[in-house]
Amino acid sequence: MGGEVILLDVWSSPFGVRVRIALAEKGVKYEYREEVLDNKSELLLKSNPVHKKIPVLIHGDKCVSESLIIVQYVDEVWKNSPLLPEDPYERAVARFWADFVDKKVYESATRIWTRKGDAPAEAAKDFIESLKILESSLGDKSFFGGEKLGFVDVALVPFVDWFHAYEVHGGFSVAAECPKIDAWAKRCKEKESVSMASQDPEKILMVVERLKKKFGYV
Amino acid sequence: MGSVKVHGMWACSYTQRVLVALKLKGVEFEYIEEDSSDKSPTLSLYNPIYEKVPILVHEGKAVVESVVILEYIEETWRHDPLMPENPYDRALIRFWLGPAVGSILQLSGEEQSAAIGQARESLRFIEAELTEGQFKGRKFFGGNHVGILDIVLGCGSFWLKAMEEDVEVKIYEEEAFPMFHAWVCSFEELPQVKETIPDAEKFMDYAKALRKMMLNFGNP
Repeated sequence: MGGEVILLDVWSSPFGVRVRIALAEKGVKYEYREEVLDNKSELLLKSNPVHKKIPVLIHGDKCVSESLIIVQYVDEVWKNSPLLPEDPYERAVARFWADFVDKKVYESATRIWTRKGDAPAEAAKDFIESLKILESSLGDKSFFGGEKLGFVDVALVPFVDWFHAYEVHGGFSVAAECPKIDAWAKRCKEKESVSMASQDPEKILMVVERLKKKFGYV
Repeated sequence: MGSVKVHGMWACSYTQRVLVALKLKGVEFEYIEEDSSDKSPTLSLYNPIYEKVPILVHEGKAVVESVVILEYIEETWRHDPLMPENPYDRALIRFWLGPAVGSILQLSGEEQSAAIGQARESLRFIEAELTEGQFKGRKFFGGNHVGILDIVLGCGSFWLKAMEEDVEVKIYEEEAFPMFHAWVCSFEELPQVKETIPDAEKFMDYAKALRKMMLNFGNP
């Protein structure tokens, strides 16, 4: 349908994982290509000249960048197992929460391990608060998408593998602070699309340690 | 199709995006001006997370975040489409909604130069797309008709001009970005835009005051 599919990605990227989960949910066959960010391929530079970042989905001759934009593209091209609901208001709610994951969850989480002094503790507070806000949005539903994985689940779940690294650097426990998120994460991991794309939290912690040294966040 | 209210702020380009989109769709709405210095309880009621405008309230349900609102408007009132049909074209439009030029006002010195550099870089890419790339030969980013990308970039362009005046740096020279400039002129000519965008002088005074305030926050 429209040519072959290639995903330019880096194994540890939670943004790449979003796309991998979306493609798996739809049963789309694709070629995964691991990029080395210190030595970006010609294809990556050509297919995302503005930001030069992964993930990039190449579908035939079309290149799509930005993880949530790619997920929406995948949702619109492959119409089985929809990730976004039908109703415009429900879609707006899903888009709002996915944007919240980027603006608040990811933003505060990153500050936990990239800042010094008092900043990490402050960031940890913000991170926990953002998860608690998501908990009240989740309510009694199994997933943000209702009975099945939806757009917001796909946006958030890749960061679950990073929780361990955040906990080590922030001095907190997600399971203790946000038990509903913890339970939701376990339910998501029961899904094959999520478990296949999951990363070892210890390996992610090592990535964080390496990046800290590399960029001088120590 | 049910009552529509927009809570906004007159100088805010994010509010302007929503107003222009509703006008292009011919949707009747009630506009409520929110004073940003004196936040009404409405903001925390409808937008408890961010407490910001714009807020669209349709049949009692609140939608917030301007780009989310624009997509909601598009999907609720399906005539006069503001987004292309094809998924790839839609992804392209969504991609270009991203790069923001707004931070220039909040910065000074080296950081501001860097932000201006980034804005020029984004403009260079957009100019290239208009000249020989994905948007070649189009009057508007949406094609012959205005679309969401025109609205977002267009409403931002008024701030760009205000910033240029205020920081005394030309972010875009008409000669260097002829296609972008031609597009800006087309956009500004639209009656729905003329109705919505504030008077230049009023806007300039507001932008100057805002910048002064932001710089003071950065330098206690």
